[in-house]
Amino acid sequence: MTMAVTGRGTANKRSPFRGSGGRSREGRLHRAPQWFLIPALVFYGVVVLYPSIAGAFYSFTDWRGGAGASWTGLENFHKLLGNEAAVAALRNTLVIAVTLTIVQTFLGLLLALALNTAIRSRNLLRTLFFAPMMLPPVITGLLWQYIYVPGGPLDSALNTLGLGGLTQSWLGNSSIALWAIIGSVIWHHVGMSMVIYLAGLQRIPEELYEAASLDGAGAIRRFWSVTRPLLGQATTIATALTMTASLKLFDQVFVMTGGGPGVSTQTLSLIMYKEAFVYGNYGYGSAIALVLTMIVAFIVFLQMSVTRRGEVEA
Amino acid sequence: MSATLTRSAVEAGGSAAAQNRRRRRRGYGYGTPLLEFVMVPITVAYLFPLYIMVSMSFKTTQEIAASKVAPPDGLFTGNYATAWSEADLGRAMLNSVIITVASITLAVLVGSMAGYAIARGARRTSTPKLMLFLLGLMIPGQLGMVPLYTLMRDLGLLQTHASLIIFYIGSLMPLTVFLYTGFLKTQSPTYEEAAKIDGAGWWQTYARVVFPLLRPVTGTVIIINTINTWNDFLTPLLYLAGTPNRTLPVAVFSFQGEFASEWGLIFAGMVIAAFPVLVVYFFLQRHIIRGFGSGLKG
Repeated sequence: MTMAVTGRGTANKRSPFRGSGGRSREGRLHRAPQWFLIPALVFYGVVVLYPSIAGAFYSFTDWRGGAGASWTGLENFHKLLGNEAAVAALRNTLVIAVTLTIVQTFLGLLLALALNTAIRSRNLLRTLFFAPMMLPPVITGLLWQYIYVPGGPLDSALNTLGLGGLTQSWLGNSSIALWAIIGSVIWHHVGMSMVIYLAGLQRIPEELYEAASLDGAGAIRRFWSVTRPLLGQATTIATALTMTASLKLFDQVFVMTGGGPGVSTQTLSLIMYKEAFVYGNYGYGSAIALVLTMIVAFIVFLQMSVTRRGEVEA
Repeated sequence: MSATLTRSAVEAGGSAAAQNRRRRRRGYGYGTPLLEFVMVPITVAYLFPLYIMVSMSFKTTQEIAASKVAPPDGLFTGNYATAWSEADLGRAMLNSVIITVASITLAVLVGSMAGYAIARGARRTSTPKLMLFLLGLMIPGQLGMVPLYTLMRDLGLLQTHASLIIFYIGSLMPLTVFLYTGFLKTQSPTYEEAAKIDGAGWWQTYARVVFPLLRPVTGTVIIINTINTWNDFLTPLLYLAGTPNRTLPVAVFSFQGEFASEWGLIFAGMVIAAFPVLVVYFFLQRHIIRGFGSGLKG
């Protein structure tokens, strides 16, 4: 696996074989048959490219999945912006994405730092914290839905701990429901952020820490000046992954609240699903999907350029 | 501690990670037991949901009504029996296995072939070709979901395994091709050259030389893709809901719809659904975690 880890650094810029067409020392060209690309392109084209382009196209029509579809221009988008539920969904989607990314990445970093020390339970803890990632999001959603039930496990546990005053209708309260859902998703995914940071921490050579402490740097200073800059690459990857995943989040919200109460947990993925597959407004649903796509592209681009600047090689 | 520092300064061999690992075992200092101690309640709190899931599945309805958090009195297995038969989870699991295995196998084959073609292709066109596949990583699945659904419907593929298998192969192409291309570019082509000189045809070169070379990446690809495919929910819901061909996540969801408030049953179903993946995880966790960590950097 070290090969994969170091591969990234060289593959892009300094690999001697980058796109060389496999020129051997004798100068003979070794080109792989390009028709090897065809199967992959066929599947990819049929499943991803064609539908996405078609979807983008249909968002400008009033198609309902049947025979005719007439061009309606930007009408779907106007409808989207005028619809209170849709605007709430847009806002919620962004709130989820930003909160989830920041909190989950931060907690993942903390866990990675804790597990990167000499404590003996390291491997066990690493396994345990990563375990929820193996669960289907549906199951996580159902599980947490039950935990949040009034008088359910969470409330019981709070009571036992003497924190009974904190109990409430977690998923039934429109100001709290969204945060409750975000909490459950963080529980599900923090292992991923932790693992990415662990991999990043492992690549920092110990000599840097020693040099720093020989120079009199305390633990905090060591973290700030040595660890933090060198984790730039890990941060980029962790935040990009979490950001894209949370913008598209569907399973947990669908299962836990279906968008309610009211519109407090409505997200773009949810209303897209409902409009297209429950009401049959395929054109409108595609418009929502297109908006989501553009948001994802924009935010990821924005966020990559910010975090990329923080990347430093050891 | 000074002996440790001196020794580690001298130890130039091994990667940074290996050195860190060695050093850490000796660096068990003063703050460390405190950290271990602090991690205990954190871990317990973190595992609380899993504990609930498992303990609830073994409780009878009366026990559940009595207390939500207490451990079960005995191990009531009735829930499991009912869940298994009522939700036809055996059939659903079989479907998940068939679909996942078929999709991953074909995706690995097709993706590695494409990676080979790109990495060993003409220099000028290799980046645009890769970019084409990377687009797929950016586009949310939701955009193409509707047209793809109608395409499947018109082809009469809805409610068959094939629809999902095709879907997964296509969706897995971006990441798979990316990983294979990236890795192969760092490998020397001399073995392939040698094979060609010995008169091997294209397919033989690929099968005998290139594919074995790709084994590290194949491991990562299989792990990441298998988990995502097995746990996928929305597409199987759209294509296979209500049919005997449905996958495990869909079965669990419908099950919950049917037996809305019989949580003991529902949790038993969930444990059954999560069990295969968790078993595999506990046996392969080192590889899985390493796959997620390093595969994402490669």
